[in-house]
Amino acid sequence: MSNEATLHSQHEGVHGAMTHDHHDGHGHDHHHEDSFISKYIFSLDHKMIAKQYLLTGIIWAIIGALFSVLFRLQLGYPDATFPWLESILGHWAKGGRISPEAYYALVTMHGTILVFFVLTAGLTGTFSNFLIPLQVGARDMASPFMNMLSYWFFFLASMVMMSSLFVQTGPASGGWTSYPPLSALGDASIGSKIGMDLWLISMALFIVSSLLGSLNYISTILNMRTKGMSMTKMPLSIWSFFFTAVLGVLSFPVLLSGAILLLFDRHAGTSFYLSDLFVAGKALPNEGGSAILYQHLFWFLGHPEVYIIILPAMGMVSEILAVNSRKPIFGYLAMVGSMFAIVILAFLVWAHHMFVTGLNPFLGSVFVLLTLLIAVPSAIKVFNWLTTIWKGNIRFTPAALFSIGFVSTFISGGLTGIWLGNSSIDIHLHDTYFVIAHFHIVMGVSAFFGMFAGIYHWFPKMFGRYMNNTIAYIHFYVTLVGAYLIFWPMHYEGMAGMPRRYYDYSTWESFKQFAELNHFISSVVIIVFFAQLLFVVNYFYSMYKGRKVTELNPWGATTLEWSTPINPGHGNWPGEIPEVHRWPYDYSKDGVDFIPQTTPVGAHESKH
Amino acid sequence: MESAVTAKKKWWAGGHSPFNVSYGKLMMWYFLMSDAFTFGAFLIAYGTVRFSSTAWPDPNEVFHSFPFMHGVDWPLVFVSVMTFILIMSSVTMVLAVHAGHHMQKAKVVKWLSWTIVGGIAFLSCQAWEWTHLHEVGAWWGSNPFHNADGSAPMNSNFTDFFFTITGFHGLHVTSGVVLNIIILINVLKGTYEHRGHYEMVEKVGLYWHFVDLVWVFVFTCFYLL
Repeated sequence: MSNEATLHSQHEGVHGAMTHDHHDGHGHDHHHEDSFISKYIFSLDHKMIAKQYLLTGIIWAIIGALFSVLFRLQLGYPDATFPWLESILGHWAKGGRISPEAYYALVTMHGTILVFFVLTAGLTGTFSNFLIPLQVGARDMASPFMNMLSYWFFFLASMVMMSSLFVQTGPASGGWTSYPPLSALGDASIGSKIGMDLWLISMALFIVSSLLGSLNYISTILNMRTKGMSMTKMPLSIWSFFFTAVLGVLSFPVLLSGAILLLFDRHAGTSFYLSDLFVAGKALPNEGGSAILYQHLFWFLGHPEVYIIILPAMGMVSEILAVNSRKPIFGYLAMVGSMFAIVILAFLVWAHHMFVTGLNPFLGSVFVLLTLLIAVPSAIKVFNWLTTIWKGNIRFTPAALFSIGFVSTFISGGLTGIWLGNSSIDIHLHDTYFVIAHFHIVMGVSAFFGMFAGIYHWFPKMFGRYMNNTIAYIHFYVTLVGAYLIFWPMHYEGMAGMPRRYYDYSTWESFKQFAELNHFISSVVIIVFFAQLLFVVNYFYSMYKGRKVTELNPWGATTLEWSTPINPGHGNWPGEIPEVHRWPYDYSKDGVDFIPQTTPVGAHESKH
Repeated sequence: MESAVTAKKKWWAGGHSPFNVSYGKLMMWYFLMSDAFTFGAFLIAYGTVRFSSTAWPDPNEVFHSFPFMHGVDWPLVFVSVMTFILIMSSVTMVLAVHAGHHMQKAKVVKWLSWTIVGGIAFLSCQAWEWTHLHEVGAWWGSNPFHNADGSAPMNSNFTDFFFTITGFHGLHVTSGVVLNIIILINVLKGTYEHRGHYEMVEKVGLYWHFVDLVWVFVFTCFYLL
């Protein structure tokens, strides 16, 4: 196949809007109007698939956040009863108090939903799909059909996970990590019955979806870049999506292996993870397995997973900060290099989740070293963001605010990572609220800030309308202040040894002192939850009633997506795909506010 | 078709594939890398469990039967036949891909058909082997084999891993055979003749070779070591 044919074979599933395409041999010239189903449901257009991911992600985010409100009610007000809880949760909240089983189900599902369904699929699925073809200059993904399949596998995974919420014995309840033996033995907990099987099936479908999506992202970025778009002329967002996809392709299959072995342990009488067990006073026949084996397999995915979550946010934030400071990104190649370093290190640090499993202390020290090494590329990135906005002509758009908020939370959450990465300190801090505070700030809040920044910034491109700024500012300040008020105090609780995952701390003499603090945290959680609903309202209202975008390039950005029509059709550019002549960060250069990537380099232009 | 490419061409400058391959082939390579990690995880899990065990069955004693030959003691002969069949099916796949490059439809049909026959033969052998092992009491969660040092089995790790990993590999061979059949039908219908290239044969060929390569590792880990 020739290069030309290679490049254009993508159009086999794409019709309309492309006047100049020469198909290789087999005619697809017929033009047809999209029906409702082919436009909104089984869409092949990467922009629509991105919106499908985003909508599904928003629905999951509301559910996941609501779950955290429910279990925070238990933690903050352990003695109070809320009769309305019984009306929505039934026997899971008898007398208006969440039962221990329901509590564990809620925290497990909160973690699963937010980590996988919102911050992996919702974030990467939305922005990789939306931005990759638009920013590299392609008509669509390499394989629009596989892209559609990727969404529908995600949808299927969502349906299975959702249905597990409604089975009689409840959803999986062994924590989002689903460690055996608890997760392997249905007799050990009601959350390890059918709910656990549905969790595993849903995750398997999710892995298929992630694989199909990632393969598409990788091959689109490598193969479908428009003329002139060399790898070092790509926006950092594209680099981050590329690295994210590689991480996903190489780490998710290991979770699949771990999940398959767990399924066998649950149903085929094997003992991969099981040995020397008693349930309800009865000895089990399983011998010879190792529960730690599962942890190795899980965290080989689990650690890269946190970078899968944070890298796209990093890429988008880099882009948004440069646009809104009217300055080139500081240290473009250092940004790319540090992301690459993070990808490599991501695969070499997983055992820092297992310092207290009886891991050989020498091996532990190797993992300490590798873990602390991640501070180097992370710090490079942080300093580059700060130097990018330094002395910039900053426009405080909601997207810019969320990007700055991202840098803030990434620093404060990242610094506590240095504590936890030390195996000796981890002996004290593991499984405490310190860990909860660390990863919620550095990966939960930061990734959400990156996602919000992305939504506010590219909403005009998605829907041809702006979101409401006033609501956006309220959303930002309540969320930023609220996030710190929720998670900062948890550091103190953790340092005092307060373990995570307990149902009721008021019965523990050591942790009674935190009753008021827990009460406070829960109250802020409720406020922040409602602030997020403001965002949801803003999103849907602006979709239909927002101020219309009237100019092609409302943010004055250099990248290719703003060279498309305000509401681009399937195929993105009505005529030829533009050629790229320069890197995407020519802001305030030679006294010019910005120079789009499509502008040829002038004779007397200075070097960037 | 642009065939001659000058050395000065800027491969990474956009506008064409930097590796001079179609996106489909690129995807296949990345998929195979992903799949390699799935198998890698299984085999490393197997390795860690086995090396932490004090005793393990001797494959020469476990795998010593041959179909229709009662009472013989031919260690590893049958699995060698299986392995030979699978490797030969890789050879026929190479020939099919080669014929595809030269647009020789009849030859593609011939060699692809032999590949499918080889795949089915391998699966049949595996089915026989599993049936035989099941008859002597081996299954998930049940290990009848004495260890090499003569001690009684302490747990079912040996059979658990054997059936899971060879089963997962067999599943891959099965899907490979199905893919090959689909492609063969398309070849017979003249789809690729019309398209002007037999790249699909090449892509399933990549998958098929990968599945063979995985078998070499599985074979080494379970039968030789």
